[in-house]
Amino acid sequence: MLAFLLTLMLLLGIVIVLAYAERKVAAFMQDRMGPTEAGPYGSLQSVLDVLKLLQKEDIVPAAADKKLFKLAPILIFAAVFAGFAVIPFTPDLIPAGIGIGVFYLLAIISLDVVGLLMAGWGSNNKYAMLGAMRSVAQIVSYEIPAGLAILSVVMICQSLDFQEISYQQGVLLNRFPGLEFEKNWLFGIEALGINTTNIGGITTWNIFRAPLLLVAFVIYFIATLAESNRAPFDIPEAESELVAGFHVEYSGFRFAILFLAEYSMMVLVSLVAVILFLGSWNTPLPNLTTLKLANWTTGTVGELSGILWGGFWLLSKTFVLLFLQLQIRWTYPRLRVDQLMHLCWKVLTPVALGIVLLAGIWRLLMV
Amino acid sequence: MLFYIFAAVAILSGAYMVLTRNLLYAGFSLLLTLLSIAAIYVLLFADFVAVTQLMVYVGGVLVLILFGIMLSSRVHNKSVMSENTNVGWGISISLLTLIGLSYTIWRAGFSSLPWIQQADTNVLGGQKSTVQLIGIKLMTDFVLPFEIASLLLLIALMGAAYIATGKEKV
Repeated sequence: MLAFLLTLMLLLGIVIVLAYAERKVAAFMQDRMGPTEAGPYGSLQSVLDVLKLLQKEDIVPAAADKKLFKLAPILIFAAVFAGFAVIPFTPDLIPAGIGIGVFYLLAIISLDVVGLLMAGWGSNNKYAMLGAMRSVAQIVSYEIPAGLAILSVVMICQSLDFQEISYQQGVLLNRFPGLEFEKNWLFGIEALGINTTNIGGITTWNIFRAPLLLVAFVIYFIATLAESNRAPFDIPEAESELVAGFHVEYSGFRFAILFLAEYSMMVLVSLVAVILFLGSWNTPLPNLTTLKLANWTTGTVGELSGILWGGFWLLSKTFVLLFLQLQIRWTYPRLRVDQLMHLCWKVLTPVALGIVLLAGIWRLLMV
Repeated sequence: MLFYIFAAVAILSGAYMVLTRNLLYAGFSLLLTLLSIAAIYVLLFADFVAVTQLMVYVGGVLVLILFGIMLSSRVHNKSVMSENTNVGWGISISLLTLIGLSYTIWRAGFSSLPWIQQADTNVLGGQKSTVQLIGIKLMTDFVLPFEIASLLLLIALMGAAYIATGKEKV
């Protein structure tokens, strides 16, 4: 229960910062100022936006399917929020440390799709219906390259447990029960003879332990942009054709929940990318002979310093990825639907399949 | 206690799915049924089976069903309703199945089976999940059924691709 509340508070905080960042980043990329009035540099803008949304009337269209219309936002947010249950925030802070966390996450996110269909159909609106259809088709297709990219990480790490994958990517490797005698080698290959177990830092991140995961990371990042309906994959919400996509009929609190779910999805996929590819809560700074940068910036597990450092690294890396998502939105034009499908099925999926095969071979070299 | 809650939800939503005339509501109550059955799997220490059920049925089959219903509904400006056909046959077959199942369950006498009496609540032991065990079993004892299933899926995939290919006019 405590984990539930803490995660929810953390998520709300991140989403509010993100909504503000979205406007500011957009403004600066277009050589504007963005919000400036509310608070210093307009920093209270998104807080006020939320307050405004909460005060608005909750309109349910007369011709809508009322039960489905009301249920859909709850289902969508619950599905995304349930994904946060298996995210390890620090070395010893994880809401639910289940052994098959990665698999669970992939499965629970697919509930989101059902919620989208529910919202689209329940609104009884052409735009909402088309938006939901496009969104679901896109999410279902792009789950495949994303899933394959995740699968290659799982093959390298030999684990479906997010926390175990996190421990593998840093100086705390031997502190995880069951990994006491494991060793990290440079690029994962023992024959090179460089033991990085105590060096840690960026040299033990997954993209460094098995450099081909860098390609998997790019595939995952592109695929999750599509899964969270971000530009350049935002044809489900294309303002010029569909007004707003599946949530066109929603207002007030229900719209706030849908908005929150959408941004939570962005946060969730970025968190997963950080955990699987970019060293999770581990520090990027390596130990250099007597300069124990990695140990200093990791803290002691189980004490406040460990929690603070872990949370700091995880969140700062997540924000870098989120910034990248915002930046891409204002850099690339929207893809046409045939280009979208071409990219997914003829580019990303074959490459991801190749990566899975190579990850298997790499794992054999690592043993 | 939890088991009874989830079992009740599963049965109620299953009954609603059968009884409702609106196909779309039936689809959504199927979601509830599948979720509560996944919860029951978790209570039985079958975490992998539970998540696989979510992955395959909710993420795949259910979405396909809903897509089909939504694309084909509202053709004549009203939602698709199901109709009753084969009432006699349906009732008799389901009754026979019910009798057969009840008889089997009654004859089996679950409480006197030796492996149930010896069962331990600590099924997993030192293991964190059932995945490792399932993987080893699939690659050793059950490798033939596993491969045959994968072959079957491959054939289905090829068949689907063939049907979807546009026929070229000669």
